[in-house]
Amino acid sequence: MSNNDRPLSPHLSIYRWPITMTLSILHRATGLALSVGLIVLVAWLFSAASDDASYSLILAALDSVPGRVCLIGWSFAFFFHLSNGIRHLVWDAGFGFEKHQANASAWFVLVLALILTTAFWVLRP
Amino acid sequence: MSLRSPLGKVLGHGSAKDGTGHFFGQRVSGLALALLGSCFMVCLFVSTDFSRAAVSAEIGQPINGVMLLLLSLTLAWHSYLGVQVVIEDYMHGAGSKLAALLISRFVHTLLAVAAVYAILKIGFGA
Repeated sequence: MSNNDRPLSPHLSIYRWPITMTLSILHRATGLALSVGLIVLVAWLFSAASDDASYSLILAALDSVPGRVCLIGWSFAFFFHLSNGIRHLVWDAGFGFEKHQANASAWFVLVLALILTTAFWVLRP
Repeated sequence: MSLRSPLGKVLGHGSAKDGTGHFFGQRVSGLALALLGSCFMVCLFVSTDFSRAAVSAEIGQPINGVMLLLLSLTLAWHSYLGVQVVIEDYMHGAGSKLAALLISRFVHTLLAVAAVYAILKIGFGA
């Protein structure tokens, strides 16, 4: 028995992944990444307060290629989480909830985070 | 096996009366971090010398030390609230969830205390 008038759940073969979902997942992922970054930040501060040996160990780790990749990743995570966090605060204030607004702000936040990350590393004195 | 419906089990228990504090804590600390974190990133952006002496001298400036203390404590709190939500969302075993929440709380407390100790030690020049 079939009734063609019934509403359909998302049809997986024609389902288009919404950008807002990507941003939602990224907000959580970058938040977790920044929590790990907090551990490194505190380790860096603690080594600066401790002795030269531990400080140069941490500095060397951060200055290596994997370390630099992590630092760039953390800077993107920061700028993304910052921009998207402000987007969340605007939502909490009751604005920008329409579908087209949420899609537009999603792209805006994503591009802004990429621009800020690039500027942060390229424009360094 | 209980014959009570899921709704019947929870009716009358009331809420934990705790969610609003978490909600506002996350947002107020987020707003503070937008300012403190941006200041920190500007400091990192303009800094060229990351030797221990130069970094200690920077952190030793009272205004920098105070800002860094505020940043570390707010960051630890915001991170704790966020990680708590992630754990509650994805860990379903009662024991493992409790263990993860406890570990997260201990680690965040440790990070906050270690940061404060380090910044004060550098600031007071010990």
